[in-house]
Amino acid sequence: MTIEQKENKIIEDFELFGDDWEGKYEHLIELGKKYPPMDESLKSDERLIKGCQSRVWLASKFENGKVIFEADSDAAIPKGIVALVAGVLSGHTPTEILDAKLEFIDKIGLKEHLSPTRANGLVSMVKQMKMDALAYQNKN
Amino acid sequence: MEALDKTGIDISAVRKQFPILSQSVNGRTLIYFDNGATTQKPQRVINAIVEYYSSYNSNIHRGVHTLSQVATRKYDAARATVSSFINAVDPSWVIFTKGTTDSINLIATCYGNKFVNEGDEILITSMEHHSNILPWQELCHRKKAVLKVLPVDDNGVLKYEELDALLTSRTKLFACAHVSNTLGTVNDVKRLVDAAHTKNIPVLIDGAQAVPHLKVDMMELNADFYCFSGHKMYGPTGIGVLYANEKWLDVFDVYQSGGGTIRLVTFDKTEYAEGPHKFEAGTPNIEGAIALAEAVNFMQETGIPNLSRYEHELLEHATARLNEIAEVKIIGTAPCKAGVISFNVGNIHPFDIGTLLDKQGIAVRTGHHCTQPLMQCYGIQGTVRMSFAVYNTKEEIDVFIDALKKAIKILS
Repeated sequence: MTIEQKENKIIEDFELFGDDWEGKYEHLIELGKKYPPMDESLKSDERLIKGCQSRVWLASKFENGKVIFEADSDAAIPKGIVALVAGVLSGHTPTEILDAKLEFIDKIGLKEHLSPTRANGLVSMVKQMKMDALAYQNKN
Repeated sequence: MEALDKTGIDISAVRKQFPILSQSVNGRTLIYFDNGATTQKPQRVINAIVEYYSSYNSNIHRGVHTLSQVATRKYDAARATVSSFINAVDPSWVIFTKGTTDSINLIATCYGNKFVNEGDEILITSMEHHSNILPWQELCHRKKAVLKVLPVDDNGVLKYEELDALLTSRTKLFACAHVSNTLGTVNDVKRLVDAAHTKNIPVLIDGAQAVPHLKVDMMELNADFYCFSGHKMYGPTGIGVLYANEKWLDVFDVYQSGGGTIRLVTFDKTEYAEGPHKFEAGTPNIEGAIALAEAVNFMQETGIPNLSRYEHELLEHATARLNEIAEVKIIGTAPCKAGVISFNVGNIHPFDIGTLLDKQGIAVRTGHHCTQPLMQCYGIQGTVRMSFAVYNTKEEIDVFIDALKKAIKILS
């Protein structure tokens, strides 16, 4: 699937909830629970993306021209967002990742969690993912 | 609603004074429990600012014209109002600053520069807000002095028994909160001031979370320095108070220099003014001081003993209702508390609770509340914090409890 196809699938899933914010958050939290947790040994300070409150860890590697991301958070809602974003961006080329606009977050009504005023590390995580992709692209 | 309940508060009349309380958030009526961060403003405070700019805005202490004189009178009257509110020895001991943080920085600079040297000690407590830690930490780095800390027990009560040993011959100042913004603990500041004074150690009290909830009496307390912020007591942002014993003001060098602080300026030297003006450089926050005085009027007309009693009932009601939920752990269980309840729910991250409460129109604060060292003492990342003001109600607390239960269900 392309990044866009993945985003469209997520938008379809969340559309089923309509205005039901409870259902939406339950689903998001469930997605976070299903997302594989990061190995504790990888949760080093270098991989910690510091928000004011919840912590987000990010690891990446480059395999066969694709960037693979692993991410985790100690809070359930950010973990759900991490699962969505890392799920969408992981396994793609640096160019695809750098071009991704991630508009799906807005379309599923969770834009506030990626706004720069949110002190939860998610904005910085997305930035870091793109920087990692750029670094892999330049190394190539 | 009943008029004038046994606490002497007509809650309906109080709430009508606050226009923001009719706001909706996410389709629900706003329930604002983040008063420890900032309070909402009664219409009279908002009107005071509008009136200032509409009717008599003018620079103060500098003009012969009418508007300037009106503004000057109002500004000076504001100082007198605040002075009387805290039972200051004299209005000249009341300095207007930008807020509590600014006040503490002023003392750390002026007192620190003159009186703190290598090997000296500054004593604080482990419950302090970063604004009452960092200026002292910076001072200690600068002067190679030592920062010492009076610890807190598991209930959030200061370990008073350890105080005597920490007030040494090298202690140059003791800085302490009156009320903890995270735990709600009301410290026995009189006892702390007296203990320090028997050893000739001056005391600075951070009163930011006390002044909105309790009667404070500078003459009775006799602290050397007492600081608080306007925006936490129904006044505007950008204005606060440093109450300072004039014996210190007389010997301090100027903090920020500039217009308004002087008697005579030549290129060779300058003679500085006395009293508060020496420490109020530049054009002050004139409308802020005037609006702060209006906030004082609001509190005094509501009756400080009344609002104390009423808020205490809110605190008791919220504590009892929270304790009904098995997974809730209240952080800060001192016998004497004011205004604030911090809690956690099992292993659920406070950020998640706060987010889902926001979805239900409820504003609380989550995280470390600018008291990271305290969080480290308790081995936690953060808490959910409810903080009350006189316009909150028991009904709001009940709605909050239902919303909290829903949030817990979604997150479990």
